[in-house]
Amino acid sequence: MNIVEGVLNHSRLALSKAITAVENEYDEAVSIMTQIYPHTGNAYVIGITGPPGAGKSTLTDKLAKEYRKRGKTIGIVAIDPTSPYSGGAILGDRIRMMDLIADEGIFVRSMATRGSLGGLSQKSGDAVKLMDAYGIDVIIVETVGVGQSEVDIVKTADTTMVVVVPGLGDDIQAIKAGILEIGDLFTINKADREGVDKLNIEIEMMLELNQENVEWRPPINRTVASKDEGIQEVVDSIEEHKKFLFQTGKIEKIRANRIKSEVTAMVNDRLSRYVDKKVVATEDFANTILKLQNREIDPYSVVDKIVDSVLK
Amino acid sequence: MDKRIRVLVAKPGLDGHDRGAKVVARALRDAGFEVIYTGIRLTPEQIAESALQDDVNVVALSLLSGAHNTLFPKVVELLKAKGMTDVLTIGGGVIPDSDIPGLKAAGVSEVFTPGTPTSAIVEYINANVK
Repeated sequence: MNIVEGVLNHSRLALSKAITAVENEYDEAVSIMTQIYPHTGNAYVIGITGPPGAGKSTLTDKLAKEYRKRGKTIGIVAIDPTSPYSGGAILGDRIRMMDLIADEGIFVRSMATRGSLGGLSQKSGDAVKLMDAYGIDVIIVETVGVGQSEVDIVKTADTTMVVVVPGLGDDIQAIKAGILEIGDLFTINKADREGVDKLNIEIEMMLELNQENVEWRPPINRTVASKDEGIQEVVDSIEEHKKFLFQTGKIEKIRANRIKSEVTAMVNDRLSRYVDKKVVATEDFANTILKLQNREIDPYSVVDKIVDSVLK
Repeated sequence: MDKRIRVLVAKPGLDGHDRGAKVVARALRDAGFEVIYTGIRLTPEQIAESALQDDVNVVALSLLSGAHNTLFPKVVELLKAKGMTDVLTIGGGVIPDSDIPGLKAAGVSEVFTPGTPTSAIVEYINANVK
């Protein structure tokens, strides 16, 4: 089977195998992505993030169903953390999405964060591109809002939605977490719980202080995803944001930024692998560490020397 | 290369007892596998389609209801029909010894019955994954 032809001809098996090639860094991954790239850029990408237990997977499941009712095909990239101890992971997002599986208009892929090399955003970005080339209309990338790389992933989406729940702490927690700034829209899930009005006010106040919200004021929706409440309104808000981006031309800026951050990350990744291999893994480097430990030399001169040798 | 073994842990049929499946899922994670946990009361179609979308190397089925002779072979059949020909399918649960040869003939690679240490499952996967 030719994987690229398979993806372009809507083979689910080919799409799945192509994502694996990217995820596992198989040799053919570069060739696949090179051929796929001209066929991308048509899907609308939604990033969903929020604290663990906010109900992101359940919400994603409901949003997918609502989009299906509106005639769109849906791709979901659900990211869960890799255990730093074993390198394994339990990917449990699919459990909330099992009744989507019988629908051929939906494709769900679970991904683990794996190493800390920073390759995650590239891999999830490539998974999005593959779904895009396959012909999916709307792609949802869902990830826990902890850690820079996870936030980076959703930040580059066309529309970024932050999911919050009442009762997770005061407003300082929200500011500290730093994920509230990236939301184009906010969804207060589990809105049948106590504290929902207070949380709503806190988000409003935070938005009030943000100078960037002059043209687009992020709407705050309330949902009880498990009971299917408020879902249509969220999809309406996403569609309004999409309309805003296209009418103002901001969509081009967002997508240029995405390409910029993707390419920058790819360059950094390549360089850091090169340094790992050519510098860190050498005996010379081990000796340098020893000299540093004995205070015979200083780290600044060492770094200068290494960078000069790598860049020459 | 950054290859990991991916395992789908699933419970087909009308059986809500998931303690065993969860213990196995945890043990497989601790062995460094990526475990896609899909929960209870699933149809063979849901399991096979999930296996395809997540491109897993192993499908681990857990069943305590007695319907294994029907449901396990059905999952194997659907996986093949979807082109997932290199997947290792294993099963576990309260399965009588006399049923095991039939399940193996139907394409279930190995069956783990109560009392099996989780390490035996990990070793089996490591030795047999394609």
